[in-house]
Amino acid sequence: MKVDRRSFLGLGIGAVAGIAISPVGAKLTDDFSIWTQNWPWTPVPPDGEVSYDRTVCHLCPGACGISVRKIDGRPVKIEGLDPYPVNNGGVCLHGIAGLQYLYDPSRVKSPMKKVNNRFVPISWDDAFTMVAARLGELRNDQNPETLACISGSDQGSVPGLFKHFMAAFGSPNYLTMPDLESWLIRTAKTLHGDAYTLGFDIDHSDFILSFGAGLIDGWGSPVACIQAMGTRRQRESTLVQIEPRLSNTAASADRWIPINPGTEADLAMGMCAVLLKENLFDPGFAQGFSGGFMRFTAMVQKEYPLDKVAGITGISASDIQKTAVAFAKAKMPVALPGKGRGEGAQNLKEFAAIHTLNCLSGNVNKQGGTFVKPLPKYLNFPDPVQDTVALKGAGSAPLAGSVQELVTRIDKSGESPVKALLVYNANPCFALNDPSRIRAAFEKIPFKVCVTSFMDETAMASDVILPVSTFMERMEDVPSKAGLAATVVGLSKPMVKPVFNTRSPGDVVIGIARALGGDMAKSFAWNSYDACLEQVTARIWGPLVRKGHVVLSKNLPAGSVKTDFGFLAENPETVKPAGALEFTLIPIDNFRVPPTVPAPSPFAIKIVSDRILKGTDMFVEINPQSAKNLKDGGFATLTTPAGSVPVRVHFNDGIMPGVIGMVKGLGHTLDNRYVSGKGVNVNTLISPKIEPDSGMDAAFCIKAGISKA
Amino acid sequence: MIHDKKAHKYGMVIDLDKCTGCGTCAVSCMSENNVPFKEDESDKKDSITWMRVYRLTNNKPFPDTEVAFLPRPCQHCGGKGDHGHSPCVSVCPATATDYGYDTGIVSQIYTRCFGCRYCMAACPYHARYFNWWDPVWPEGMEKYLSPNVSPRMRGVVEKCSFCYHRYQLAREKAYASGSDEIPEADYQTACTTACPAGAIVFGDLNNPSHKVHQIVKPDPHPDPLNPDVVGKSRNPKVFRLLERLGTNPKVYYMSEREWVRKLGDHYLDGEWDKVKNVYGSASHE
Repeated sequence: MKVDRRSFLGLGIGAVAGIAISPVGAKLTDDFSIWTQNWPWTPVPPDGEVSYDRTVCHLCPGACGISVRKIDGRPVKIEGLDPYPVNNGGVCLHGIAGLQYLYDPSRVKSPMKKVNNRFVPISWDDAFTMVAARLGELRNDQNPETLACISGSDQGSVPGLFKHFMAAFGSPNYLTMPDLESWLIRTAKTLHGDAYTLGFDIDHSDFILSFGAGLIDGWGSPVACIQAMGTRRQRESTLVQIEPRLSNTAASADRWIPINPGTEADLAMGMCAVLLKENLFDPGFAQGFSGGFMRFTAMVQKEYPLDKVAGITGISASDIQKTAVAFAKAKMPVALPGKGRGEGAQNLKEFAAIHTLNCLSGNVNKQGGTFVKPLPKYLNFPDPVQDTVALKGAGSAPLAGSVQELVTRIDKSGESPVKALLVYNANPCFALNDPSRIRAAFEKIPFKVCVTSFMDETAMASDVILPVSTFMERMEDVPSKAGLAATVVGLSKPMVKPVFNTRSPGDVVIGIARALGGDMAKSFAWNSYDACLEQVTARIWGPLVRKGHVVLSKNLPAGSVKTDFGFLAENPETVKPAGALEFTLIPIDNFRVPPTVPAPSPFAIKIVSDRILKGTDMFVEINPQSAKNLKDGGFATLTTPAGSVPVRVHFNDGIMPGVIGMVKGLGHTLDNRYVSGKGVNVNTLISPKIEPDSGMDAAFCIKAGISKA
Repeated sequence: MIHDKKAHKYGMVIDLDKCTGCGTCAVSCMSENNVPFKEDESDKKDSITWMRVYRLTNNKPFPDTEVAFLPRPCQHCGGKGDHGHSPCVSVCPATATDYGYDTGIVSQIYTRCFGCRYCMAACPYHARYFNWWDPVWPEGMEKYLSPNVSPRMRGVVEKCSFCYHRYQLAREKAYASGSDEIPEADYQTACTTACPAGAIVFGDLNNPSHKVHQIVKPDPHPDPLNPDVVGKSRNPKVFRLLERLGTNPKVYYMSEREWVRKLGDHYLDGEWDKVKNVYGSASHE
């Protein structure tokens, strides 16, 4: 066929008209737009009936009441519970991220045992049998005291069950991680005697002298503290913050006084000297002073004169004098110990010296003051059934006063004095100074059992992992602690059925004891942890279930308080940062990064500043005045006596020249790609240093050098 | 059909002296609105945070350094003269983002958005985020997603909605109870209720009984120096970000500290001293 001009045009016009009229084009466009809007891989959350349930968060010592929104029983959002005596509607980011912990990729999904350095799942029965067999050997060998237990905290019925277990087993070696509460109990013990703790009525105080306590950086019960700070200006309450770095708390304070790192104890002693010299202490309260008050007075006057303290701390003598006098003359002053979150490596001298300021002010057991409270006694465990083996073992001397001291013992002996170890809700292989040393000590312990929800650093170093339900999946009593003025016990309830094959930690202890059989099983005659909880909290169980919480003490602690100055009168030595390098490295507690258990959630890591973490690079803060040839954002090598790591530099005018700051809680190596392998764990750069009087690691900071990489 | 007769103008005021920078607002927002997360979130340009907390400093050397934090949700701009021509709304070719004249809320309809990102370029506050990837939750974690907000997909823009679903729920509740008034407490955003410091106050700027109105005291008259600016605060401690652009944000900030207020906009040398007392529109008092 011949294609002439006419037929060509005709065909062309026909084709154009055909395409224009044909529905194919429109249909294809329509299909295309529908196709581009099909996202079968994007989840469509199922709708359903909305309900709200209440429980108590126990991710941190804060013990906040929370409200859980559910859709057909499926929790979708956590919010603050209002009213609740701790947090009154407030909540923090970690509590909200509680739902992420439920489905966290590093959750341990069933009991595991280590075979050839790999974990294989086993059944609960096998796990209990195996653990009981290994622990039973210790009792058969008449060495029950070679079992040690490390727990994250010391209060509540679950730590109570672990202690009950240790007593029935026959070992005195029950240790807790150094949280703020443990430091407060130690301080109260040193100055006032056994079974006391300290609470601070910062809601009413009109003058808060904080020795680095990060009141809005996670100290104490974080939400309660932030709320108290939120109303502080309206109440015309003054906050003076003393620390080497402009923390968020310092930034919000009325006055920030920079201090040479690690000299807080000397400053507090110097301030005591000022109050005593100027006769600014409360004579009424001083009638309860004993154990060398006169010796203490003479000692601080002699050893802590203003000029000397000014030299040590780097604060001018007039500032020290003025601040001490302002503190003493305030109506309701409170001095707060505990740098940052107040946990980890602190020191007893500092806590005691700071609390002595409270004692001298006389504002103790008064509104707006410091409460010397008896430890809550709402739990009544039956006496453990102890056979002769247990009695002998339990009567032996404890191996150590702290986890670090225990590690030192193991480190120094050829064969580990600890033959088996139970770890519950603690991650010493990450959270304590020099974790590699702790892991090395763990390797010398023949049998380690980790009772945890997550495959964290300590779980990975264990032989058996017994997975426990998270706080959203279990019932438990949650006593408030960490410096709160009121004592509140909350009841946390399961919001959802356990997502994985996990059990309540109480049931785990009972399970091990029953598998051990004999007298051990007799001490644990409960059918389940829930039955145990009901029995041991019998005194408050009714209201606890009805209201969800019980306020044990709201009123001021009654009775006079004796104060013993014996410890401080001896002028214990201040633990100095190790090494001779030019800078001092301090850990920074950042609200968005939890430092211990559990590891940060994906949401928490997501909102960490890109001047703390960039990719996997860790930033350190340094004052530009002392940065020499370093560049802002540039790479550098940070060296301490404990090790050396590559870092990047962040210039911060708000840190003292000569000080390097590194955020604590990053650098995890657990099995969670959203959290793991990011940054550096600052603990790897600090070697522990045991304070002789407390047996605790007191290495808060360390000398460091930094050079351009 | 629910008819809401009264025109609301929802907005918030954030007290920067109370803000602790803890980040709870940001996480509460992500949890409420099904915001995803990915392995590396340290490139903040592609890290989806409807509520982002900025750190401000006065740039003075040690020891006079001061720090403050500034949470930044979508500013829900009313546009020039507050007529609803928000910078993003005016450029959207798909009407995927629109101004709600009944609420003052700038919407975002994910299924309409085709990802041209004009709105992101137009937004002076970097409040909009693009989904460069499909959201992926670790196995099982999608169980915590809320049905009130649809998860987004690759290729669309998203931003803070002032928790619009909470407004819808409050409106339905009011309708069911036979009232056309939404009580202040019934509609509060997730960041507001979560803030442990009580730094965020949310409500109807048009309603004199709402706390946000009482704090902001919005000026009903245009700014005599710049008629594009409407609703300026008559509280001298309250300011808006880049206020002189005339975008008329409904998010106000409050601070006692002059250096913080000064950071709300860019000023030439000496300019701040001239304008600082004009702010607060004393002329209309």
